[in-house]
Amino acid sequence: IPSMASSSPKYNSNSLESSSIKRIPKDGTKWEQNEEIPRLPGETSITDKEVIYVCPFNGAVKGRLYVTNYRLYLRSVELDPVVILDVPLGVIARIEKMGGASSRGENSYGLDITCKDMRNLRFALKQEGHSRRDIFEILTKHAFPQSHNLPFFAFVNEEKFAENGWMVYNPMPEYRRQGLPNEQWRVTFINEHYGLCDTYPSLLVVPYNATDDDLKKVAAFRSRNRIPVLSWIHPENQAVVMRSSQPLVGMSGKRNKDDERYLDIIRDANGQISKLTIYDARPSVNAVANKATGGGYEGDDAYPNAELFFLDIHNIHVMRESLKKLKDIVYPNVEESHWLSSLESTHWLEHIKLVLTGAIQVADKVSSGKSSVLVHCSDGWDRTAQLTSLAMLMLDSYYRTIVGFEVLVQKEWISFGHKFASRIGHGDKNHADADRSPIFLQFIDCVWQMSKQFPTAFEFNEQFLITILDHLYSCRFGTFLYNCESVREKEKVTQRTLSLWSLINSEKAKHTNPFYTKELNRALYPVASMRHLELWVNYYIRWNPRIRQQQPNPVEQRYMELLALRDDYMRRLEELQITNNSKISNSSTSSASPSQMMSHVQTHF
Amino acid sequence: MGGVNYVSRRRAALQPEEPDEESWEELVPLPPSCPLAGTAAGSWGGREAPGAMLGKGAGGSGAKPAKPSFVSYVSPEEIHKKEPIEKEVNLHLLPGELLLCEANTVLKCVQEDGSNRGACGKLICTNFKIAFLGDESASDDNEPEFKNKIIGENDITLHCIDHIYGVYDEKKKSLSGQLKKYPEKLIIHCKDLRVFHFCLRYTKEEEVKRIVSGIVHHSQTPKLLKRLFLFSYATAVPTNTDIQNQTVMFDAIKDWRVELERTKGNMKYKVLSANEAYKVSEKLPLYFVVPMSLSEESILQYQGRGIPIWCWSCHNGASLLKMSAFPKEQEDNTLQMHKIFLDGVYKTINKPPYEVLKTDDLSSSLPSLQDIQAAYTRFKQLFLIDNSTDFWDTDVKWFSLLESTNWLEIVRRCLKKAIEVAEYLEGQNTNVLLVEENASDLCCVISSLVQVMMDSHYRTKFGFQSLIQKEWVMGGHCFLDRCNHLRQNDKEEAPVFLLFLDCVWQLVQQYPPAFEFTETYLTVLSDSLYIPIFSTFFFNSQHQKDTNTSGEGHSAQSSHFRFLTVWDWSVQFESKAQVLLNNPLYVEKPKLDKSQRKTTRFKHQRQLSLPLTQTKSSPKRGFFREETDHFIKNILGKRISKLINSSDELHNNFTEFYDSWHCKPVDFHGLLLPHIDGPGIKVWAQRYLRWIPEAQLLGGGTVATATKILDMIEEVQSLQKKMDEKHSLTVPQGRESLPMLRNSARLSSLFPFALLQRHSLKPVLPTSTWKDLEDEDDLAKRDDEFVDLSEVI
Repeated sequence: IPSMASSSPKYNSNSLESSSIKRIPKDGTKWEQNEEIPRLPGETSITDKEVIYVCPFNGAVKGRLYVTNYRLYLRSVELDPVVILDVPLGVIARIEKMGGASSRGENSYGLDITCKDMRNLRFALKQEGHSRRDIFEILTKHAFPQSHNLPFFAFVNEEKFAENGWMVYNPMPEYRRQGLPNEQWRVTFINEHYGLCDTYPSLLVVPYNATDDDLKKVAAFRSRNRIPVLSWIHPENQAVVMRSSQPLVGMSGKRNKDDERYLDIIRDANGQISKLTIYDARPSVNAVANKATGGGYEGDDAYPNAELFFLDIHNIHVMRESLKKLKDIVYPNVEESHWLSSLESTHWLEHIKLVLTGAIQVADKVSSGKSSVLVHCSDGWDRTAQLTSLAMLMLDSYYRTIVGFEVLVQKEWISFGHKFASRIGHGDKNHADADRSPIFLQFIDCVWQMSKQFPTAFEFNEQFLITILDHLYSCRFGTFLYNCESVREKEKVTQRTLSLWSLINSEKAKHTNPFYTKELNRALYPVASMRHLELWVNYYIRWNPRIRQQQPNPVEQRYMELLALRDDYMRRLEELQITNNSKISNSSTSSASPSQMMSHVQTHF
Repeated sequence: MGGVNYVSRRRAALQPEEPDEESWEELVPLPPSCPLAGTAAGSWGGREAPGAMLGKGAGGSGAKPAKPSFVSYVSPEEIHKKEPIEKEVNLHLLPGELLLCEANTVLKCVQEDGSNRGACGKLICTNFKIAFLGDESASDDNEPEFKNKIIGENDITLHCIDHIYGVYDEKKKSLSGQLKKYPEKLIIHCKDLRVFHFCLRYTKEEEVKRIVSGIVHHSQTPKLLKRLFLFSYATAVPTNTDIQNQTVMFDAIKDWRVELERTKGNMKYKVLSANEAYKVSEKLPLYFVVPMSLSEESILQYQGRGIPIWCWSCHNGASLLKMSAFPKEQEDNTLQMHKIFLDGVYKTINKPPYEVLKTDDLSSSLPSLQDIQAAYTRFKQLFLIDNSTDFWDTDVKWFSLLESTNWLEIVRRCLKKAIEVAEYLEGQNTNVLLVEENASDLCCVISSLVQVMMDSHYRTKFGFQSLIQKEWVMGGHCFLDRCNHLRQNDKEEAPVFLLFLDCVWQLVQQYPPAFEFTETYLTVLSDSLYIPIFSTFFFNSQHQKDTNTSGEGHSAQSSHFRFLTVWDWSVQFESKAQVLLNNPLYVEKPKLDKSQRKTTRFKHQRQLSLPLTQTKSSPKRGFFREETDHFIKNILGKRISKLINSSDELHNNFTEFYDSWHCKPVDFHGLLLPHIDGPGIKVWAQRYLRWIPEAQLLGGGTVATATKILDMIEEVQSLQKKMDEKHSLTVPQGRESLPMLRNSARLSSLFPFALLQRHSLKPVLPTSTWKDLEDEDDLAKRDDEFVDLSEVI
């Protein structure tokens, strides 16, 4: 059976676009009216209701709202233009009732839905007879299944894909690709049952000269037992990128001989003479402050062979506030006259700049071959993941391919325990939880900035990044569910859910950058200057029809046309070759006249 | 002191037979019979320059060359110091160009990878440019692909100099007028945003004095029009004939007739030749277009003031007009007369067949020239960066710095105004009359912007050039004053034309396939403003050009100068470099044959199916009356109303028009409306960031994709050729060599301007530190998670 998703192209092309306004040709009305709402295999209808969609861009729209166990779908009664809203319930952060039974004013009574993807949805309902109560309860129940003892949609999704995304990442082949294990680095199964560290993956790469016993001792001195392990090794100079959490120095300045020796072993592994470089992602003040709660950083006294730098990246709370401010200036209306200073006051791009700057430093240090690098922040699952994965993206062109990037996300983020569940709050009604933070979004933004600066260096396009972000929230796939590998294993995520990479890899063309030029072993350093960083309009302001940029990108489109033209010529030339060879004497006839074909391309030389 | 001595010395150095009795800077260009300076250049570099070499050797006073110790500036191994006399330095002078002064052992400092490097060479000043002749000038294999034939990498035309600073004891001071003390270092900020650092520490004192005061004098002091290099050049190259290209110059009556016909304006408008010999006005061109019903007397009455002059007609018949307002008048009598006059004019054009008329007084609805000048002065300063520290220091507050200049806001307002005008013309079928003091500044910006947006002809290269001829050159934009080319009056300076180019760039950037030219074209066009061999941007009006072209009746042969036009791009660029001016994304508008016409017509209309206001017929009378008042008030200089913004109804029309256009797919050959929201308006990075090494992306930027497209076009072309060969069964000819950009994967984003300023692959890192999060301190201090780790253990 072919998958429903791919057999229903209309759904695929609009799956996550909100108020897409379509002009329906007059003869298309019948088709629209009879159209069932799109449904994935495993998706079931729950209710529908007549509402008024208070669109911030096009005014109030009368329509019918459908709720399923996966999505909220609205189609306008008016057909020209037809307004469609198609929002996975996972995107919903908060549902509020607006207005009361006595509220006056048009469309003042209804629901206000805050989404995780930079928009709000407002539906007005009739005031008579508590008409919103049912829909409010149904929406709340299905948008927050975790708070209502319901499964994520990912567990009831019955889609089928040509590709199996769970096969994309397997740690062993990935380490082998990097040339590991080797004489200096070994693979250890000490964490096979998550006994050493419950937020780390089961398979780890550590220095050959450190025994499993050593690792256990080191674990005692690292926050949440997240010991320094290898993320990436430079194929030529053997310098490595290591990641960990902070050392448990505490107020008293505790020391741990095993930890100190372990870092020496790491330093020695690539035979370097200089000190081991440690990048602490935090501002130094925060690192110092962490001592009060038992954390801290590697001091000079205890680690004379290490050199510590602070990268001044702020914590999850600052990032959350920054994004909130950003939303304020772009949704629903974009600040017009003081756009630049408003943008600056959100600090969003400044944070991006700092993260990129940190990653460049890590990559440069490793690339120069002067030193291996250890990266950590407090727990090593937010800023650390950003830094190591971005540095790896700069250093290793494999990660700039579609599959390579999927491996990178799978490895540095998912397997190393970035707390997706806590940061995103999948299916959780506690929208104000202090654990929420757009750390992964910030990482994807950094990747977008890089792809913008180097438009030929990445195999994937902008749509690829947007698709990832959309399904970061949608709960249609198991990919981003739960906080760490041990929980995922317990929940049997790979057996019971589908991977986002199944969807993406089944329609690769849609996510491919036509300008991609394969290049091996070139370090790619973005310029972390405000002059080059820009707001990702196609993501953050995509709901605003006034701002949305042309899709598809006309430059890309022109190139695709040229590509098609070239392929066409090549094909014809080949055919011609065959016919010419077969009837070499027969000179005059051919299928198309050259002048006809000449008209295809216009040139300007 | 230095300056005075200098002048006398210079005079002494002149050839004795030189008859000129004026001070030395009044040198007339060499008559064509004299050996051209180019010949003199051939003998350059000899140990003893001949006496004809102005100033050379004079007053050398036998000072010993300073023994440079390069410790402080550059390490010795970085300088391959050669005796300048042994080196055949390649001084390239244009015809008519004269060497005025020079200095040896000058170091040109370059920042590279955060360290200072220097190249040793000669700094010269001519009547055309300042040039640095490096001893280790670029070897031939390093020849840039995009080379300007007139202005070399180290050449600065005198008109391109924006500001000269001297460094005294590490302190930077602006240099002008007579100098008492000579600096150890010169910093030159150029109008094309280059920044040069010349270290004079190792230069002979005499030479320092001479070069510094020479440069300051020749670039900063007021000049007479006739002293422009333009005339020297035209005298020296008298055989130059107009190369006819497809750019319409609008200096002939037929050009206007063709334009009227093209836009179907010829039903209601006529070309006048009343201004032949400038009988009507010296501001107006020889030929211009006015409403058919306008009488010739009314045109003559106020020297063309108060007359609606036609710019362009829209496909629906609505037209864009402009008018010079009457100067603000205190006297009641005159005021009354003006009012009656305008009333009369208005009556003749505000009735059928003419459409309803809207007037917009641009001097009240847009920023003043002073505001524009002030904004640009602040804006450009952000890009004239002396060193890496400057770059990163300003990076922290970049967006608010940008905003505080107000330049982008002015760009935005111009684009918005142009959209408003387009809405009236297209959406409401209304004539629009732009009013301004002389109708030659903001009128030019808005009218040409509107035409670029509404008429795809003006988005072709020749069309765009013709538009600039029509609206700017013939429209009497005072290029000479606005660019302050003569340095006569700083108050008149305002970058109006640059503002227009910036607005066009915004459109190019938002709709890349809609233009036949590239942003590189716009950038080199903006640079051409400062090259005084083209007459295009060096006159205030046609009248001024014409009266100065005929010369002052010297000898018969030199009585008529023939100037170059900037539109002859081959003067500046070889054809392979010109390729970069053409947009590979552009696809010509398909020529319609009869069978296709219908469908395209339909498409066109659909694209223009805009919410037309229904209020057309009934309230017309009252509307008219009110309009007349507005019209009169506006034109009389009592700028009371911001007409277009005044009513809510109109404002709603505007948004509706704008929104509904943006909801539809873009027709690159149809109406084009720019995005004018905050994120839509950007910094013209190519023009402003092109010389800044820190901003360079190695192998990145839009250059990377443009290169791929060019490569692909070449591939398709060669396949096409193969195909043709196959079809004609001829033996394949030797393949033509492919133009350029081969193996260009490693081009820098600064291409084609500054080539590979940064050679190493090291990343650039911000040096400035993070500033505090003022209002988020409490959050920033928090830890990611509130877990007491001491308990966890």
